[in-house]
Amino acid sequence: MWRSRRYRWDLRWSPYAFVAPFFLFFAAFGLFPLLYTGWAALHQVELTDPDSMTWVGLRNFTRLWDDEFFWNALRNTVTIGLLSTVPQLAIALGLAHLLNYRLRGSAFFRVAVLTPYATSVAAATLVFVLLFGRDYGMVNWALSAVGFGAVDWQNGTFASQLAVSTIVIWRWTGYNALIYLAAMQAVPGELYESAALDGASRFQQFLHVTVPSLRPTIFFTCVVSTIGATQLFGEPLLFNGGAGATGGSDHQFQTLGLYLYEQGWVNLHLGRASAIAWAMFLILLLIAGAARLLRGRKEDSR
Amino acid sequence: MRSLRAGRLTYVVLALFTAGSLFPLVWTAIAASRSNTRLAQTPPPFWFGGNLGRNLQVAWTDAHMGTALLNTVIVAGTVAAGTVFFSTLAGFAFAKLRFRGSRPLLALVIGTMLIPPQLSVVPLYMLIAKLSWTDRLQAVILPTLVGAFGVFFMRQYLVHALPMELVEAARTDGASSLRVLWHVVFPAARPAMAVLGMLTFVMAWNDFFWPIVALTQNGSPTVQVALTGLGRGYIPDQSVIMAGALLGTLPLLLVFLVFGRQIVGGIMQGAVKG
Repeated sequence: MWRSRRYRWDLRWSPYAFVAPFFLFFAAFGLFPLLYTGWAALHQVELTDPDSMTWVGLRNFTRLWDDEFFWNALRNTVTIGLLSTVPQLAIALGLAHLLNYRLRGSAFFRVAVLTPYATSVAAATLVFVLLFGRDYGMVNWALSAVGFGAVDWQNGTFASQLAVSTIVIWRWTGYNALIYLAAMQAVPGELYESAALDGASRFQQFLHVTVPSLRPTIFFTCVVSTIGATQLFGEPLLFNGGAGATGGSDHQFQTLGLYLYEQGWVNLHLGRASAIAWAMFLILLLIAGAARLLRGRKEDSR
Repeated sequence: MRSLRAGRLTYVVLALFTAGSLFPLVWTAIAASRSNTRLAQTPPPFWFGGNLGRNLQVAWTDAHMGTALLNTVIVAGTVAAGTVFFSTLAGFAFAKLRFRGSRPLLALVIGTMLIPPQLSVVPLYMLIAKLSWTDRLQAVILPTLVGAFGVFFMRQYLVHALPMELVEAARTDGASSLRVLWHVVFPAARPAMAVLGMLTFVMAWNDFFWPIVALTQNGSPTVQVALTGLGRGYIPDQSVIMAGALLGTLPLLLVFLVFGRQIVGGIMQGAVKG
């Protein structure tokens, strides 16, 4: 009797016990901070004394609206985001196509292109700072060897943003290629057979069979990469060569994530940092809404 | 049918990609084996020099790399173990157990993946400051100990990999949920647990944003935080910085060398089902 009662009790409540840790941790370190950020954004809070908060209403937000550095960071985030995401996903798609052939040593190639994923932002950025050095860097050496002039990769606005994007592209292309490869292997072979019967070349098959079949996966990687791009932080912080969180002498590669860090942990204004965090979140929601709209329209037209 | 044999050109292009992927890593080692003076000359060095030992030693002492590495092993190890354990519990419940509210709860788990970490960083910092956890390892361990990705990953795996008959047979024998977990679920989930463990270890090892907020170079830094402290001198020694970068990357490269195929398989598996 006791046994069967315990058994029923176990059946009923164990599932909750199994999922409880996730929700407990999420409540403490995810949900509570999330809501509290909104609250802190309405206050003046200094890092030196986080316990004393002064209510300022929407002032942190109105200030942000008039803050040229905020708009600068937003602009930089968008350009660096585009410069890193678009080539990265395009290259990954092509790379996946190659990896999808019957290859000798395919395991080697897959592991090799994924290796940058194992490298940390910090280690990768420090290497690229050297490679992109103005006077002795290898990139400029190679450029001058083929007859181009040296580029100031840290101070030129476009050049520095391109250099920061290169680090992102290097680290994530292989990872995305593997995701595309997995999706490619799920494409039914008959599609290719009938395309071949219709006389489609390999490139046409890629364009008219592979890419359409991969549309959901491509959409998924676009979303993930966009979220990643809005949070870009380590690369622009360390590409500055130890000169702080300004994102270059003229803020030319300061991203929103870096600006948040500068406001909160260099200038010690936690309230303003919270306001930036909420602004970033709203921007993400806007992008998500736009993507949804775009996707909905596409599905209608089919 | 899709197994078209690759032509010569494919190999050439793939070799170029491989070179591009590996070159910065190889060059890190080359730069770490040179001197700062040599790195400030053109053309840059293309082959190893004789300074590796000296540079590693300076990086080791200047940035307290030994402590930093140990800290990182502790952090990444604990986070990986915790994530695997808790994710398997929750993944099993979501995959195979029926309970009220399981669908909305699972939706909530997936929804949490969309919250950017920046959104919580200020209060999280205030929280650990209040608990006097700044510069302590629990500050970076606890907030990442469980994650939505892990729960989702384990659920997707167990839905297919764990036959319901196995669970029911154990139940008929009168096994409690804990026994089922131990004798049925964990053995069935082992391959996915290994992959999730490695992926989480890599992510925790490389984590940067939160550790640099919560830890300083003077407290108990992780490798990533310690790296930012190298080269803060008047004339930063680039070869020492590269030696530090090498020290921070080498352990993961070894993991990749041994488990690379499994990690590749794990990422591809997660991609198809996710």
